[in-house]
Amino acid sequence: MKLALIADIHSNIEAFDACLAHARDRGAQRFALLGDLVGYNADPVAVVARAMQLVEAGAAVAVQGNHDAAAAGDVSERMNEAAAAAIRWTQRQLAPHQADFLRSLPLVLREGSVCLVHASAAAPERWVYVMDTRAAAASLDAAESPYVFCGHVHDPLLYYMGADRRPQPFLPVAGISIPVARHRRWLSIVGSCGQPRDGDPRARYALFDIDRALLTFHRIDYDQATAAGKVRRAGLPEEFARRLESGR
Amino acid sequence: MTSSKLDPGDEIDGYRVVSLLHNGGMATLYRVERAGAELPLAMKVPRLAQGDDPVSVVSYEVEQMMLGALQGRHVPRLEAVGDLQRRPYLVMEFIDGESLAAAVGRAPLDADELVRLLAPVADAIDDVHRQQLAHLDIKPSNVMFRASGEAVLIDLGLSHHRHFPDLLAEEFRKPIGSAPYIAPEQVLGLRSDPRSDIFALGVVMYQLATGVLPFGAPTSVHGLRQRLYRYPRAPRALRPELPQWVQEVILHCLEVDAARRPTASEVAAWLRQPASVVIGVRGRRTRNPGWAVRLRRWLWAAGFEPAAPATTQASALPIVLVAVATQHRDASRQAALQAAVRDLTAMHSEARIAVATVIPPQPLLGSSGPESGGNLHVRHLVELRAWAEALQLPEQRLTFHVLEAHDAAQALLDYATNNPVRQIVIGAPPIEGNPKLGISYKPVAAAVAARVALQAPCTVMLVRPVAAA
Repeated sequence: MKLALIADIHSNIEAFDACLAHARDRGAQRFALLGDLVGYNADPVAVVARAMQLVEAGAAVAVQGNHDAAAAGDVSERMNEAAAAAIRWTQRQLAPHQADFLRSLPLVLREGSVCLVHASAAAPERWVYVMDTRAAAASLDAAESPYVFCGHVHDPLLYYMGADRRPQPFLPVAGISIPVARHRRWLSIVGSCGQPRDGDPRARYALFDIDRALLTFHRIDYDQATAAGKVRRAGLPEEFARRLESGR
Repeated sequence: MTSSKLDPGDEIDGYRVVSLLHNGGMATLYRVERAGAELPLAMKVPRLAQGDDPVSVVSYEVEQMMLGALQGRHVPRLEAVGDLQRRPYLVMEFIDGESLAAAVGRAPLDADELVRLLAPVADAIDDVHRQQLAHLDIKPSNVMFRASGEAVLIDLGLSHHRHFPDLLAEEFRKPIGSAPYIAPEQVLGLRSDPRSDIFALGVVMYQLATGVLPFGAPTSVHGLRQRLYRYPRAPRALRPELPQWVQEVILHCLEVDAARRPTASEVAAWLRQPASVVIGVRGRRTRNPGWAVRLRRWLWAAGFEPAAPATTQASALPIVLVAVATQHRDASRQAALQAAVRDLTAMHSEARIAVATVIPPQPLLGSSGPESGGNLHVRHLVELRAWAEALQLPEQRLTFHVLEAHDAAQALLDYATNNPVRQIVIGAPPIEGNPKLGISYKPVAAAVAARVALQAPCTVMLVRPVAAA
């Protein structure tokens, strides 16, 4: 069984559809949407519709991200002004049943050996950034699953833990299948699909071949110009359009 | 887990055991057969019983990973893998040829024989290096020859591949390798440099040319460290009839600084065309340098840090940890800290900058104040990002960490211990009895800087703003 893991789509339907198609071509039967379906970019309605369609068909599962919670009306999280402006704009676009869908998403999902969460499995409601070995260890310990997949941090990274309980970071090479043995524990930050930030504008997602215990981080091209053009036409902050074009 | 002992006639997953080939410390090797197999086959079974070396199970995983990723004639082909939980084994191509270890008994060898044996080994090392692998355990018993004369590198259980997580670096922070052949940077725990294989090739060449090991077979870390500062005896001092070019190539491979060693393809070319070797001081030396040079070398070795490997990757890059006191802000101190970090990043273009602050642990549930929970965490994160904007560094060189702990010094020390932190930069405690500086630094913050400076496992830079004239 191949599971495609897609995080931080951020209202970018071009990137989302490109990742779905790429994963299907490689035999993905199931999809895990790791939060932040919306925010920043200009296609929240199409992205949420696609996600709902996949979830209702039983092809996908989804967890809630901080931008999803904010768009669904939870204003507890402070964001910078540009991100908050995009959330207010998003709230005006979404249909009530779409906002309900975002509100209803769970924070954590466990399926077999896999734990899915947007931020950290340790206190997922606090949207902690897993940016070092301590945070990775806390999430792995809380997850109680050999495989944790998350987003929130937009750059892909793989942490692996062995006997000494110290996770080690590893920067995955795009397109290379990494054996991820079941007797170890692994935390994967799969990278942002819809708003990459490490200087490479391609969309990221990961494909997990569960039976063969092989994990592949992908970076794929999509139509950034169309996505950026939509951001500008919607009157959203210019920095979000430029970020899609440059990957920064 | 089942016992690893197998007898002739035993059958596992369709493979029938023919004979025992080798009983090693980490694994047992059997000759096996399978109906319809295209290749002669060998099965490697790791030793996993209580009391066996814990490296053996990890190196089994590593070898499986590496053989699965490599291609070509210079490594055995992987045929099948047994399930680690049930019955771990690797079935691979059996190389039905001579081992380089057989040549050790015939040493010292003349130059022609050295070339015949070692040029193919240099080719094999070059091939795996091009495939992003550092073998890290090159020694005579790990080199086999095909009937065609091509060399095959076996036993990849200690290898490092740029595309895969290094499972051995994670669990074993001591030098791993074979004591006579291990490179200086491996002695210091660096496991990602393909140039370590060139050093090992130099040791093998020395051994075959002279009949002795250049650094002996030390059994302690102290003994291993000697190769950082001790010159091996010049091969020509042991065998005067050896051509100068052979000594030049051997001592070039044995350079302590990996950056000064040749590539495997250069070694292969020199072996095949000795006339192309430029003979310098290395080739002409017959005596060891005098005590003054040796002392200088010893002092240098005492502070030796291996150069960054030729093929580094971000996770292995040195980290500079900057402690920013987001809770005690003072503009002049922050500006001084920013200036210090800017200077450091200009000098060390590779280092990653980890910008960190420590805040008291936040309650997980039950607190509803505006400052509680994730908000506070994110607020400090945002402050760290704002602080770092003055550095004008590309985002991939920066990471931000809001550490939650009651003991700020301990949190910073833990971070520095658990990550490859090369240097910590932190605001200095104020100079006592100098009220002119007008610093409103709290004693608690001063204690943090002092404790970090005293206990850090790395260099600590204490930054103090220059007092206005």
